[in-house]
Amino acid sequence: MMTKIAFVRKKEIPPSAPPITEVGLIGWLRQNLFSSWLNSILTVLSVYFIVVILWDFIPWAYGGHWNTKSLRECLDLDPDVACFSVLTARWKQLLFGLYPAEEYWRPTLTFIFLLLAIVPILFPRFFRFFWFSIIYPGLAVWLLWGGSFWSISIVYIGLTLGALFFLSLIRRYLKNYMVAAILAFLFTAVFLLFISNPLVGLLNVILPISLPFVESLKMGGFTLSLIVGVTGIVASFPIGILLALGRQSNLPVIKMICVGFIEFIRGVPLITLLFVASVLLNYFLPPGTNFDIVLRVVIMVTLFSAAYMAEVIRGGLAGLPLGQHEASASLGLTYWQSQRLIIMPQALKISIPGIVNTFIGLFKDTTLVSIISLRDPVGLASTIRADQKWNGIYWELYVAIGLMFFIFCWGMSQYSQYLERKLKTDK
Amino acid sequence: MEKTKINITDEVAIHISDMNKWFGNFHVLRDINLEVRRGERIVVCGPSGSGKSTLIRCINRLEEHQKGSIIVDGTELTTDLKNIDKIRSEVGMVFQHFNLFPHLTTLENCTLAPMWVRETPEKEATEIAMEMLEKVKIPEQAHKYPGQLSGGQQQRVAIARSLCMKPRIMLFDEVTSALDPEMIKEVLDTMIQLAEEGMTMICVTHEMGFARQVADRVIFMDEGQIVEQNEPEEFFKNPKSDRTKLFLSQILGH
Repeated sequence: MMTKIAFVRKKEIPPSAPPITEVGLIGWLRQNLFSSWLNSILTVLSVYFIVVILWDFIPWAYGGHWNTKSLRECLDLDPDVACFSVLTARWKQLLFGLYPAEEYWRPTLTFIFLLLAIVPILFPRFFRFFWFSIIYPGLAVWLLWGGSFWSISIVYIGLTLGALFFLSLIRRYLKNYMVAAILAFLFTAVFLLFISNPLVGLLNVILPISLPFVESLKMGGFTLSLIVGVTGIVASFPIGILLALGRQSNLPVIKMICVGFIEFIRGVPLITLLFVASVLLNYFLPPGTNFDIVLRVVIMVTLFSAAYMAEVIRGGLAGLPLGQHEASASLGLTYWQSQRLIIMPQALKISIPGIVNTFIGLFKDTTLVSIISLRDPVGLASTIRADQKWNGIYWELYVAIGLMFFIFCWGMSQYSQYLERKLKTDK
Repeated sequence: MEKTKINITDEVAIHISDMNKWFGNFHVLRDINLEVRRGERIVVCGPSGSGKSTLIRCINRLEEHQKGSIIVDGTELTTDLKNIDKIRSEVGMVFQHFNLFPHLTTLENCTLAPMWVRETPEKEATEIAMEMLEKVKIPEQAHKYPGQLSGGQQQRVAIARSLCMKPRIMLFDEVTSALDPEMIKEVLDTMIQLAEEGMTMICVTHEMGFARQVADRVIFMDEGQIVEQNEPEEFFKNPKSDRTKLFLSQILGH
């Protein structure tokens, strides 16, 4: 039999709606929960487990006591429900540690300012308020630790003068950025080391503004988690970028230093670094130096996550086609211009999931400071249990602490997803 | 169509003498001597691996040559970064894979280099960019991202991006090779238009129709050497070297 090859379409087929089983709720269920026998069984099993867990958890949590005086009292009333009274009694401690009660407004204000200060960074629409993000670190240090307002301000004044000095140098006299930067650095250092102290003394006499001093060992609770976490996140990001660039550098010395640093830090557990910070570091420093314990911890946490950050960003850099480097070079952009305008924006965008992963990891790792007897929320949980009234209480405390951490980490994760959607330019 | 030759001047735009380049042990360019005059339009062809792309990439120092000299617009290419950046800002380059910046809109792709390298104010840079986008006939795509454009449109944006730097020389590196057949023409038309305006151009391409139509000179390269060069008419009608004959029969024969 002969098959006819020639064919010409005479009648157009108009597009029509898909079958009812493919769209809407039924379609969604079929596609996502019951697409095969195995999936259907898994769906039923999962629903079963969720129900079993909630069946016990909801009455436990919902019926919990909030107003008893001790764990004993809770158990006497009803041993099968939660005893949240510990939170009622100790929530201030979980938030502020051993911070003096009459000064609680200071960490609270610092936290509110923190929320305001990150807005211009997270949402470019509010970038005109970026000046607040710049002054925030100084403001936060002053509010939390107290002391003279001027001893913090003078650092800002020094840095501003240094920056102005640098700018005027390259405007007027020098074309060499390196030399100008070194001169400006020396200028700032001299100012801060020799001129700032008498100046602060003078300002304190003329216009004394100061807050009662609070020592670092009094910092605790979520205040401490946020101090270590936020500083670590903010500081490790630029260091990570520089390390990633350094690792790809053509200059062997820079490359060796960066690779050595990254591999060393990644090869050592964070706990070890924290022990070094809390115990060993004092042996190496001249006797009598009081190198603040919180600062030491922040430095270690920052270095630790900077090494991870560097590797995450290096992954992003490796994901960029060589053509991007060539295109920006062929337009005459310098190395730093091309890094800043072309390479980094794309590499960072690729690395967003990894970067946020590192941030979240860092934030949760701040609980490790409880090992070197700083009183972060987890450390405080033990302190609270040491009180006879609450001896033996576990679940309620850890649920509450877990929930607080979850809120922050989930927030970061949501923001990263929002950012990824916003930066999507191929559709 | 009759070619306009009036644009060619006596001024030397690019002077390459005894230039050699190696990739490791591989001698990729051997004793290259080439003089390009201002306004001249040159097509470089040859089998793959013949070094033609490497040659034009040496002209703006995307590749470093190891022997001999390259002088572009009176400035010699040395390791001096200032010279390199100066030459790069005056020599435009268009790539096979477009290499547009995907995180910037079409317009931003075009204004970026003028604003940062030439320190042109944003308003003026935007005006120039729109003018160039008009020229490549896609002003309506100015606010789209490269990922939303077709291959041919992307390549035209890439040309516009180079033109925004007001280059005195343009290098084209197989700019139509990655395009679907129906998009090749729109890119070639843009290049022809540019050629007719008297731009100094070096094009690595296999588009022999384009070579016939606009080139003042065709250069054939093989195994890192310039094997033959001639006016296009002669080059295609009477190739002298056997290797040229073989190459032409291979690309024109099907």
